[in-house]
Amino acid sequence: MSESLLNAAASKFDEAEVYRIEMESHPVSFEANRLKEIMRRDTSGVALRVIDNGRIGFTSTTDASRESELVERAAALAPFGSEAAFVFPGPSEYPTVDIVDPAVTQVAQQAMIDTGQGLIERLLDEWPDLLCDARIGWSTGRGRLMNSAGIDAGYEQTSYYCSLGAQLIRGTDMLNVWAGFGSSHLFGEDELDRLLQTVRRSLRWSKETAQATASTGELPVILTPPGVGATLLHPLMSGFNGKNVANGSSPLGDRWGEKIVDERISIYDDPLINGASGSRPFDDEGVASRRHALIDKGVAGGPLLDLQTAGQLSKTSTGAAGRGLATTPSPGTSVIDIAAGDVNFDDMIAGIKEGLVVEELLGAGQGNELGGDFRANVSLGYKIENGEIVGRVKDTMISGNVYKVLSQVEQVSDSADWVFGSMRSPAIQCLGIEVAAKED
Amino acid sequence: MKYSDLIDTALKGHGADYCEVRIEETDNSRLTYRGKSLENIAQTSGLGGNVRAVSNGGWGFASFNNLDELKAKVADAVAQAKAVGGSKTELAEVEPHVDVVPAHIVHDPKEISLEEKKRIMDHYNDLVWSVDGINSADIIYGDTSRKTFFGSSEGSYIEQEQVHVVARISAQARKGGDVQQAGFSLGSQGDFDLIRDLDDKVIDAAKRAVALLDAKSLESGERTVILDPVLAGVFVHEAFGHLSESDNVYENEKLKEIMYLGRKFGGKHLNFTDGAAIPELRGSYKYDDEGTPATRTPLVREGELVGRLHSRETAAKLGESPTGNARAIGYNFPPIVRMTNTIIEQGEATLADLLEGVDDGVYVRNWYGGMTQHEMFTFSSGEAYMIRNGEIQEAVRPVMLTGNLFETLKNLDGVGNDLDMNQGGGCGKGGQSPLPVSNGSPHIRIQNCLISGA
Repeated sequence: MSESLLNAAASKFDEAEVYRIEMESHPVSFEANRLKEIMRRDTSGVALRVIDNGRIGFTSTTDASRESELVERAAALAPFGSEAAFVFPGPSEYPTVDIVDPAVTQVAQQAMIDTGQGLIERLLDEWPDLLCDARIGWSTGRGRLMNSAGIDAGYEQTSYYCSLGAQLIRGTDMLNVWAGFGSSHLFGEDELDRLLQTVRRSLRWSKETAQATASTGELPVILTPPGVGATLLHPLMSGFNGKNVANGSSPLGDRWGEKIVDERISIYDDPLINGASGSRPFDDEGVASRRHALIDKGVAGGPLLDLQTAGQLSKTSTGAAGRGLATTPSPGTSVIDIAAGDVNFDDMIAGIKEGLVVEELLGAGQGNELGGDFRANVSLGYKIENGEIVGRVKDTMISGNVYKVLSQVEQVSDSADWVFGSMRSPAIQCLGIEVAAKED
Repeated sequence: MKYSDLIDTALKGHGADYCEVRIEETDNSRLTYRGKSLENIAQTSGLGGNVRAVSNGGWGFASFNNLDELKAKVADAVAQAKAVGGSKTELAEVEPHVDVVPAHIVHDPKEISLEEKKRIMDHYNDLVWSVDGINSADIIYGDTSRKTFFGSSEGSYIEQEQVHVVARISAQARKGGDVQQAGFSLGSQGDFDLIRDLDDKVIDAAKRAVALLDAKSLESGERTVILDPVLAGVFVHEAFGHLSESDNVYENEKLKEIMYLGRKFGGKHLNFTDGAAIPELRGSYKYDDEGTPATRTPLVREGELVGRLHSRETAAKLGESPTGNARAIGYNFPPIVRMTNTIIEQGEATLADLLEGVDDGVYVRNWYGGMTQHEMFTFSSGEAYMIRNGEIQEAVRPVMLTGNLFETLKNLDGVGNDLDMNQGGGCGKGGQSPLPVSNGSPHIRIQNCLISGA
């Protein structure tokens, strides 16, 4: 089918590309401490992208009986399409990365149910008032990319994941904590224990409620690994996104090779980490994957580019193209890897007289992310007083600018933890985050 | 009735307590602009379906793109439901309906050529760029047609079509590392003309973005805020609406104790309503995705909680009537309890009445986004202006507002007389986003609202 579609398109247009996916996923869900639902999802579809007279036409369908319409549709679209700043690449050597574990597709439904039940029971043993949700599942997918320049490549990827959430209500005070992990490899007790420990720690630290600060202002803030993801990652990555760089919106536009943040900060996009969610041998346009330095010891590396944005900037693609079935490729991250530092996390807390730990945010992404700004409600965070966590903060907002904050790094923890299997980060202690809290 | 026989045959002898099939056909067009030029133009189509079954209170769900062997997929979903089992199936009674509901069409986007759609959006893109100081335009136009074919083991067979048109136009201005943006969103069911004649609005947005570069940031803290109808609509959606979705409550004893019917949330001026039966809005429909007829549900009357939103399961488990709020964004998701058109009913105050006596406040307009987690909510304005001596004064940079439902509703002390609907938003929940909804309100005033201005 892909061959005939490509042949039909290639004979009509200057260039053509066919992208096909097939996926199945099998999640089981627990709600309010009980098994609630078992699902099976099958997804398949095909997308056609063409370049004709220098313009791009894009169309897709999940309806196999309408695949024959795609060439006609692309022909109707291409005359109005955006200008192509690239040509489709030819075949090349791809690196190997381990993203298939045959054991994943062999996981029995009952084993996933037992895993979920076990996690929930272990939490309820300690906190009988909790209401827990959990989701455990596996999926397998196969993608195939063909283009008129000769690429015909595909790969299979498996995925296993587990997430666990817990809710505790006291009066009108509601606490929600959660943790999750995913990998292309089957994982067992060690990772599940780590999830439980994360949830337990959040519950323990939230036992009391604390006032963020008597007055509004700046405090030293420790961002835990999920806190780094929630607070800094999006505004930072918008500066590295090739689209924002190509259209002049990125504040990093002319600063590549310059020191932009503290030299203890190194951040890579690395699709070649075995087992990570998001790893892949090549991107969704057939460009080989590589480890890409976004920030190396405080110095801005380069933007994440797909074919179009690379062409617009007269550079070459960094293999950062991602796509869904119904959307054209665009540059994005694969697996984010942030270098660890040299301070023990507990010592970090012990060294702060008055400060905040930020774990999760509510409403991030509503501010001016393009300029590197962030602001959000701290949905899960804790107050530090005299080197100890004294309780959870509520009705508290943080705001700041990611470039300023990462220039005022005080300490970086000595271990980097996985956050949902597609980001690995240490805890980062920094200044420059404004804290506003409702007064009691 | 296109899939009636197919679904009927597949459901025969299903073996669960209840089983349903939903098939969906979609056609979408989309144009996006970023930077100076058209970024993307695409036409996509979809076909998919799902089977949902419940047995002894446990749910099974199977979704697919290939409609072959539908009977085997029914068997899969039923087997999954049985593997969950363990309790009792409770679904509120709904009379089976057989119906064909055509799309609500005013000016059909399907009858407008792609060339014309592009010509109109090109023009707005040019307008944004005609304003000095603009760094980028972000423009999205999309139209979708979604046809659903729903059949259940209780004998319902319902075909429904919905056509939605959405547009967002946003302008960016930049000075060094400072990037500011301003824009607006629009949406309609079945009316392409919504996106015509927007020249003044587009130029205004572009000018606002440029002006924001020189506007001051407010210091964070608590202030009196007055919300325009658009942002007040987002407020009622985020702060109250999500907690009135019964799937949060029905298996949660503690939350039931908090969200009991009759609970007093504020003064007599608080009257909230949700309903897909309110006609011709983005969240309007005749039947929800479980085949339950749409209703209009009073949520708060004179400050008291009087109702909430239901699926058939949550209604049965709470002993209340189904409200027709079970919605799925697409065939690959089961329906969950969602809002439709959510409204703060209007009061008597004029904007001048609300402004009177406010000496150091903020007038916030237009939305940028919002999120909620149970009683906690945050949402962002698209515009903000100082209020001094009861007058709206200079623009400041947009702010984020945050709070706790229970306290904030007590502090909501003024409701205007100028109800207006916001049709440009979409709602996200459980990975299903953006679901077409609308919300509306008159101007409202909230005392001691925590805002972040940075």
